[in-house]
Amino acid sequence: MSGGPPKALPSTGPQSLRDMPHPLAGSSSEEAVGGDSTPSPDLLTARSFGDKDLILPNGGTPAGPASPASSSSLLNRLQLDDDIDGETRDLFVTVDDPKKHVCTMETYITYRITTKSTRVEFDLPEYSVRRRYQDFDWLRNKLEESQPTHLIPPLPEKFVVKGVVDRFSEEFVETRRKALDKFLKRITDHPVLSFNEHFNVFLTAKDLNAHKKQGMALLTRVGESVKHVTGGYKLRSRPLEFAAIGEYLDTFALKLGTIDRIAQRIIKEEIEYLVELREYGPVYSTWSALEGELAEPLEGVSACIGNCSTALEELTEDMTEDFLPVLREYILYSDCMKSVLKKRDQVQAEYEAKLEAVALRKEERPKVPANVEKCQDRMECFNADLKADMERWQNSKRQDFRQLLMGMADKNIQYYEKCLMAWESIIPLLQEKQEAK
Amino acid sequence: MEQALPDPERRLQPATLEPLGHPDAGLESAVGEEAEGARDEGPGDGTMMENNFWLKKIEISVSEAEKRTGRNAMNMQETYTAYLIETRSVEHIDGQSVLTDSLWRRYSEFELLRNYLLVYYPHIVVPPLPEKRAEFVWHKLSADNMDPDFVERRRIGLENFLLRVASHPILCRDKIFYLFLTQEGNWKETVNETGFQLKRVADRLYGVYKVHGNYGRVFSEWSAIEKEMGDGLQSAGHHMDVYASSIDDILEDEEHYADQLKEYLFYAEALRAVCRKHELMQYDLEMAAQDLASKKQQCEELATGTVRTFSLKGMTTKLFGQETPEQREARIKVLEEQINEGEQQLKSKNQEGREFVKNAWADIERFKEQKNHDLKEALISYAVMQISMCKKGIQVWTNAKECFSKM
Repeated sequence: MSGGPPKALPSTGPQSLRDMPHPLAGSSSEEAVGGDSTPSPDLLTARSFGDKDLILPNGGTPAGPASPASSSSLLNRLQLDDDIDGETRDLFVTVDDPKKHVCTMETYITYRITTKSTRVEFDLPEYSVRRRYQDFDWLRNKLEESQPTHLIPPLPEKFVVKGVVDRFSEEFVETRRKALDKFLKRITDHPVLSFNEHFNVFLTAKDLNAHKKQGMALLTRVGESVKHVTGGYKLRSRPLEFAAIGEYLDTFALKLGTIDRIAQRIIKEEIEYLVELREYGPVYSTWSALEGELAEPLEGVSACIGNCSTALEELTEDMTEDFLPVLREYILYSDCMKSVLKKRDQVQAEYEAKLEAVALRKEERPKVPANVEKCQDRMECFNADLKADMERWQNSKRQDFRQLLMGMADKNIQYYEKCLMAWESIIPLLQEKQEAK
Repeated sequence: MEQALPDPERRLQPATLEPLGHPDAGLESAVGEEAEGARDEGPGDGTMMENNFWLKKIEISVSEAEKRTGRNAMNMQETYTAYLIETRSVEHIDGQSVLTDSLWRRYSEFELLRNYLLVYYPHIVVPPLPEKRAEFVWHKLSADNMDPDFVERRRIGLENFLLRVASHPILCRDKIFYLFLTQEGNWKETVNETGFQLKRVADRLYGVYKVHGNYGRVFSEWSAIEKEMGDGLQSAGHHMDVYASSIDDILEDEEHYADQLKEYLFYAEALRAVCRKHELMQYDLEMAAQDLASKKQQCEELATGTVRTFSLKGMTTKLFGQETPEQREARIKVLEEQINEGEQQLKSKNQEGREFVKNAWADIERFKEQKNHDLKEALISYAVMQISMCKKGIQVWTNAKECFSKM
């Protein structure tokens, strides 16, 4: 599976992508699409691919008059991205079955990664491997290195900062598993990242450590070239659209932070309320033991309050385990995007600096040195990828928050429904005695 | 401490005092006879075991006294003495005793128990409690309830009280007495506690609702930077505001319920007032009976010439010579008159006592009916209030969910 000719593997960088059939490209991969600026010939196809990524439901630069029909079909496909539709999806990845491993040097958890795919990049239709957090970290680093123009989803935090949390506790492991699952699913859904060879290796290799040692060998040209962009260039001004993205992300992260604090505060208040309820209920039991006629009703009230307490406990647990982690992941996600924006700025800065240097040399106009053109391409590629990823991110965000907030509402509804049932059931108990009199 | 001491009150009990039927004893009119019969067996023989009508034989002891500090009803710090009550059940065969219950009680709880017994068993003379205050501790300068001698005397007195109640054929069956020995909580205190807990619960609930109001604000701010999600967020935020403000109405209703519980506590106060009155009447009656008995005795002695009781007259007669038959006759006559008067008085006091108990009892029964009815009503409306609160909660969150679904 690995080590074959580049053609068979989904390799990194836009160049070899022209060889790959792309789920989103459909039949329009050969179409030349007009771009924002004149591309250099050898990157044309790749650029047109990049432009195709721009044809997205939430805006972005329209590809041009050449393919309105295919745009809408692309639109449809993109919207179905997160739906379980066998026709558009050909790669399914799941993280489950955490297991603890105790060795002499250390104890750690591994997760089972199950992959099902019909893609040619995979030799077998199904794979099952075990990976630990370290391996995910490696994958993410590799993706960042090899796909620097793309937004790589965040990983759950490596270290647990808050308090004395047991990293082998069921809750912690389950929370982490869900986050790792989300991480891989996001990559799976990405039209470029999902074809990354490191991703493939991660999903399929029996011994990942052997691959890790190969390291440098898997770096591609684009990766290397982008790596060479050092931080020495200062960007004069961010183009409007990216500035807008930057501002949006800043405000978004702020609001999320506030929501996180509110949610934590609510959980804290609910727990304190729960503590009082747990003391309140038994008082009715004690009282009931001292009464004759009222004993049963009072005991009923005590049991009722007990049921409500249990329902409240379930609510707080759900909120802690399901709501808070997703919020935090999105804060990390927007941080990732911000750092990609900065990298983009770097590339632009380099290009502009080089362009300026050329202009100052006062040579004959039409001849633009190749390296400057390369810079320009790099920049435009980056812009395109980033915009595409931002759109994708916006879409995900909308879906994810819709689901998250609806889930929060649902849990509260269930809590109240449980309490309602408890109280309604004791009304006949209280009233029947009344009538018997 | 298994022996019950001879019951001094029994001797004072005038023969004319008739026991009344007691609805709650479950024995109806048979009460009187049974009580009489049991009294004939009497604890006078020194053991309480034979008179124990419980299924197992029970030993009760007040074994320890301990100084404690705590908060009283006014939430002020106070120091008091707590007494350890241990109950043991004795196996038939080998006489081994097993500790079945032990708990701590303070003097006021003993008082409460006694008052309860006085009200519910008006025809029975309930054993006395040791004195409430150290009225006069002769070798100390001031009355001190913490004085070790006083505490020790009180401990013995409390133990005697419990043993006498346990040895009484009717009183020993009382459920409240049983709970006094086995369950730390007291019904009046429990109801009090319910009130306090309710307040704490309400305060916490207030916090939960109010913090949700913050969602309203932040959703609104967030919606400003969103395109498609904006409307959904904004309107959901509005529902969060509604949710947060709904707690004010809810808590008003909870306060109303708390007030109803407090009404129930007044019942306890009313009972106590009746008990006090009854105690006074009882005391009066006993004094009169005692007086009468002693006069009768004197009369008897004068008539027969035997001196059994110590009297100053008797002594002076011995020292300074017998009195004349005429003098004696005169004295007997006076005494007989007094005895007559006394018997009249006793009769009327008895009558008074019975009237009082009958009326008070009827009153209490009525009050109890009312209390039970009112409390049930209060519980029902409390449940209804909770149901309404749940329904409102479901409504608000369903609305919010709908807004989120439109995001």
